[in-house]
Amino acid sequence: MAPAAGHPVSVPDGGASSAGRGRSGPGPAEGDAATSARRAVEAVWRIESARVVGALARYTGDFALAEDVASDALAEALVSWPRDGVPRDPTAWLLATGRRRAIDAFRRRAGRDERYTALARDLDEGGAHAGATPAVAADPDLLWDPDRIDDDRLALVFVACHPVLSKEARVALTLRVVAGLTSEQVARAFLVPVPTIQARITRAKKTLAAARVPFEVPPADERAERLGSVLNVLYLIFTEGSTASGGDEWMRPDLAREAIRLARVLVRLVPGEPEAYGLLALLELTAARFPARTGSDGEPVLLADQDRRRWDASAIRRGRAALGRAVASGRGLGPYGLQAAIAEQHALAPSVEATDWDRIVVLYEALGRVAPSPVVELNRAVAVSMASGPASALELVDELVATDALGGSYLLPSVRGELLTRLGRRDEARAELALAARLCGNARERGVLERKIGAL
Amino acid sequence: MPKYMLIMRTTDETNAAFEESGLSFDDLLETMGRFNDEMINAGVLVAAEGLEDASKGVVVDYSQQPPVVTDGPYGETKELFSGFWILDVPSIEEAAAWAKKAPLAGPGAKAEIRRIPSIDEFPQDNEWIRKERAWRERTGQL
Repeated sequence: MAPAAGHPVSVPDGGASSAGRGRSGPGPAEGDAATSARRAVEAVWRIESARVVGALARYTGDFALAEDVASDALAEALVSWPRDGVPRDPTAWLLATGRRRAIDAFRRRAGRDERYTALARDLDEGGAHAGATPAVAADPDLLWDPDRIDDDRLALVFVACHPVLSKEARVALTLRVVAGLTSEQVARAFLVPVPTIQARITRAKKTLAAARVPFEVPPADERAERLGSVLNVLYLIFTEGSTASGGDEWMRPDLAREAIRLARVLVRLVPGEPEAYGLLALLELTAARFPARTGSDGEPVLLADQDRRRWDASAIRRGRAALGRAVASGRGLGPYGLQAAIAEQHALAPSVEATDWDRIVVLYEALGRVAPSPVVELNRAVAVSMASGPASALELVDELVATDALGGSYLLPSVRGELLTRLGRRDEARAELALAARLCGNARERGVLERKIGAL
Repeated sequence: MPKYMLIMRTTDETNAAFEESGLSFDDLLETMGRFNDEMINAGVLVAAEGLEDASKGVVVDYSQQPPVVTDGPYGETKELFSGFWILDVPSIEEAAAWAKKAPLAGPGAKAEIRRIPSIDEFPQDNEWIRKERAWRERTGQL
């Protein structure tokens, strides 16, 4: 890809510039100036929030305070930009406003603790907080150090996904500070009231403060575990999005797309981590099937019945490229990479019959060793039934029945019933499928099972 | 999934101002490179290309038939199409926010932002849309 060069005049500082102090962003043909102005501010926030919160967190040494004052700065921007025009350098404006609020906060605390007097003075002079040496002489318009943007952003990702937080809090905080969604947007995405999200974020900040979580990229000995938590949070955001119904993206932000964007951000921040590429590959390859996953009346379409021509070819290409990077690390694939490799086999196959099921069985075997779970075993059994027939698959399923690991789930009797059907053991099949139908909570799925029973 | 194209437009005055600014091609590559890199880091850049000078292009004019081919630039047209970026962002506002960060300046320099509809938005039973979809699959086009 060649850089879009052309012949315009470049601005040497490489920073934000514009052809002048324009009014707020473009107005889509909706005729609502206030909405349009708000969207323009939110769009800037989406791009800049991680940098703003990251820089403020490093300079104040206090993530919770940084998130507070950054939110205040956003609220102020939502009022003043539509009125006065978007500032020439929105990031510098947000940082300066956030810093002013931080100084105010330190001054208020100074009454209680004189340590904060020094902090407020340092910040006032454009310095960093006590204990951290500023890497650059702080220009009041350029609070962040360009060489540390990536470190700040990575520290932010790790803090937002910290294991001391509940999973819900990690997801909300990551969407707020890393992805730059507003609390309103996060609330709409999860179909919960705005105060619920605000409370979740407030609580998360209190937890981080109580646990004295430092604002830093974790040390080497914690890194693998902490990265695992980050990957898990992105995966959770994606799965939440992939079960969501469609609709106006602005009414309900597209979480699956957001998770993919965050995974792209992550692989740039930790280029040496094959599992980050593995996750990106899995998300791209899974999202590639979205156009085919629902029928005309919105009912789910199983993989076997999907019109593969509707799969997103460029998403498949991007997913395979990411998987290639994971493989090229030479460190072997982890759980996400292996799931991506399985998704890749489906993406490559023109039909269910022409799928390389032997390869998928091998990949499930590997996945079962690095991330053992009864669901993986059940999937392996299904792959075995496609590769070598129902008899050997039934042995695996019967082992699962014996361990009772999936007791109460309709999936196990459903698969067992299917295998028995293929083996011609109709009475047993009918009993298994009836059991599955009783256990199944989803009316649509239950309908499928009942039709299978009727066909026996 | 729709995408957005940022179309870079310049005029003779823009180009003259660049010549006078004393900035080198290396400077240009660096500032453009930083901007592109930031979009890659943010996970939004899909594609970007810059075009060779319009004086080296030709124009096909259809106002008479058969069409007439003339050397570039574009006769009376003042605005020149100089390059583009394609961004994977959810809204035109976000595309505009990125455009405002582009290292463009000078008299007449503009970026136009246009939505690129996804092929899913066209009638799927149309024979030509089906053919195009198949071609996109084979070639991995966007």
